[in-house]
Amino acid sequence: MLVFRGKSVFGGIAIGKISVYKKKEQQVKRVKIENADAEIVRYNEAREAAIEQLGALYEKALKEVGEANAAIFEIHQMMLEDDDYNESVENIIRTQMVNAEYAVASTADNFSSMFAAMDDDYMKARAADVKDISERLLTVLGEMEDAKNAAGDAAASASGAMAKDVMADGAGTEDATGEEGASGKERFIIVADDLAPSETVQLDKEKVLSFVTAHGSTNSHTAILARTMGIPALIGTGIALDESVDGKLGVVDGQEGVIYVDPDLEILEKMQEKRRKEMEEKELLQTLRGKENVTKDGQKIMLYANIGDIKDLAMVLKNDAGGIGLFRSEFIYLEKEDYPTEEEQFQIYKTVAQTMAGKRVIIRTLDIGADKQCDYFHMEKEENPALGRRAIRICLTQPEVFKTQLRALFRASAYGKVAIMYPMIANLWEVQKIKEIVNEVKRELAENGIAFGEPEQGIMIETPAAVMMSEELAREVDFFSIGTNDLTQYTLAIDRQNSSLDLFYDAHHPAVLRMIAMVVENAHKAGIWAGICGELGADGSLTKEFLAMGVDELSVSPGSILPLRKIVRESYNSRPDRP
Amino acid sequence: MKEVNYVITDPEGIHARPAGELVKLAKGFESGIKIVKDGKAADCKKIFGIMGLGVKKGHEITMQVEGADEETAIAAIEAFLKENL
Repeated sequence: MLVFRGKSVFGGIAIGKISVYKKKEQQVKRVKIENADAEIVRYNEAREAAIEQLGALYEKALKEVGEANAAIFEIHQMMLEDDDYNESVENIIRTQMVNAEYAVASTADNFSSMFAAMDDDYMKARAADVKDISERLLTVLGEMEDAKNAAGDAAASASGAMAKDVMADGAGTEDATGEEGASGKERFIIVADDLAPSETVQLDKEKVLSFVTAHGSTNSHTAILARTMGIPALIGTGIALDESVDGKLGVVDGQEGVIYVDPDLEILEKMQEKRRKEMEEKELLQTLRGKENVTKDGQKIMLYANIGDIKDLAMVLKNDAGGIGLFRSEFIYLEKEDYPTEEEQFQIYKTVAQTMAGKRVIIRTLDIGADKQCDYFHMEKEENPALGRRAIRICLTQPEVFKTQLRALFRASAYGKVAIMYPMIANLWEVQKIKEIVNEVKRELAENGIAFGEPEQGIMIETPAAVMMSEELAREVDFFSIGTNDLTQYTLAIDRQNSSLDLFYDAHHPAVLRMIAMVVENAHKAGIWAGICGELGADGSLTKEFLAMGVDELSVSPGSILPLRKIVRESYNSRPDRP
Repeated sequence: MKEVNYVITDPEGIHARPAGELVKLAKGFESGIKIVKDGKAADCKKIFGIMGLGVKKGHEITMQVEGADEETAIAAIEAFLKENL
């Protein structure tokens, strides 16, 4: 048994035969030439052919993996049309009087090392694109040579080397034996050094069980494709690419980032069991759709979704959220070059309210400042932005901006169950001031005969001050939502973005948990509900504790809703004040 | 010559895809179009040049357009930036 460890790109277990994918070695010889012009003509012919091939690949990818994944081939076409690239090739041909192959290989080295040197993982991964297009050119140049030398030899293969087992079409699809996938084709674990985009698209997706690369980055095309296909994938495993691996039985553990080659019986059985559990888990979660969030002894909790964009609505519905617990309205501002108009905002809020069809939609008013900046607000640089002009502080000092958003929100609430939530409250007077502004907005809307609803209005509890004042604040509003990210950072006095402080940052700090308990208690005393919309809400190890505190709602990312529902449904209410 | 400044808000910066779209757009104009970041300029009609600048979120870029159709080009480019980046 051989074991290789790497970084997991996508979880899950895959068990199947390994197929090693090896590139054909493109050996480039430096050959002196006599006629530079003729060589450049040759280069341009190859380039035209390569661009044409990419067009065909684009069409194929478009059908198989969608526009977003296909776009890479358009980019590759542009790279081949790029003057800098072509001038470099022509220049090398002319000044060194060498063959086009050599000029392409040198240019590829120069351009890819430019990307590889960049301080950006995404751009580093683009070095692979440069190599990909250059290899394509070399292949075409080689084929043109072959065709000239052996004119009429129809047997010349059109494509480069592919793992023979997974070729999408053409030569190499031999009769497969062994375990067959749902499509009736045997499926393989593809092992490669790294895969270029043009290589991944030529794979028959129905035959791919998993990707494992020796190198590659999380931004590589292989990684992106694995995520799109939702199959286990590992990168950077340093796995051997020879007969010690090829054709052997492999087990990929995408959770642990391990691949076992020729696993011993014990591992194999363990992994088969793990895979079985994983499948069950997946199915089980789906059976939880439509079920109530209720403990075994009848305590209910609302499980809502956090969203940052209107595009997330599909995920909200797919995961059966009871409502939206945090709609971060700032994306509307961050995407714009100038203040978004009332009408623009109204349309967005209305769409969300209507899509959720009567389910509660809690929209948080503008929360910019600190790490979220908008140019057109012309905010001055601050010594300490986390403690500076942000969120409600901006709204109360720029009431005209605030009123535009409020008008849009009140109008949209005529179309569904909209609730408004105000962030970063630290003082009682802030809430009273908000109410004055809200009353002005309603009066103006009524005077102009514009329809509006009566949304619930609540506040975020994310400053220690609001926690300590929660008894008084509860009398002023309809609900509380505890923003645990900021509350933890302000309570522990730790910058959550500074990873060097991880030792001191305890997300389960008793101080924070006691604050949550206090807020919930004060909310209930005043007869309002309290929820949690920070990351802590999705922490399944705390769900029982939150239930015990009497937390009424957890708002989490859409993908966390069904797992939390499962925990809730398996819990007994352990509240001390109930039998 | 026309100029416009823009601060990138897209979390991924000018990565391959928008760079490609920018090239497509720029090639549709007769004018010379340059993208400048931190004093380094690149030709907007060349994808390697744009990607080589490594423009990320929060970076300020200046677009410089010079030529017969500079008026329409600068407007189209500004609209593109706002829409996509």
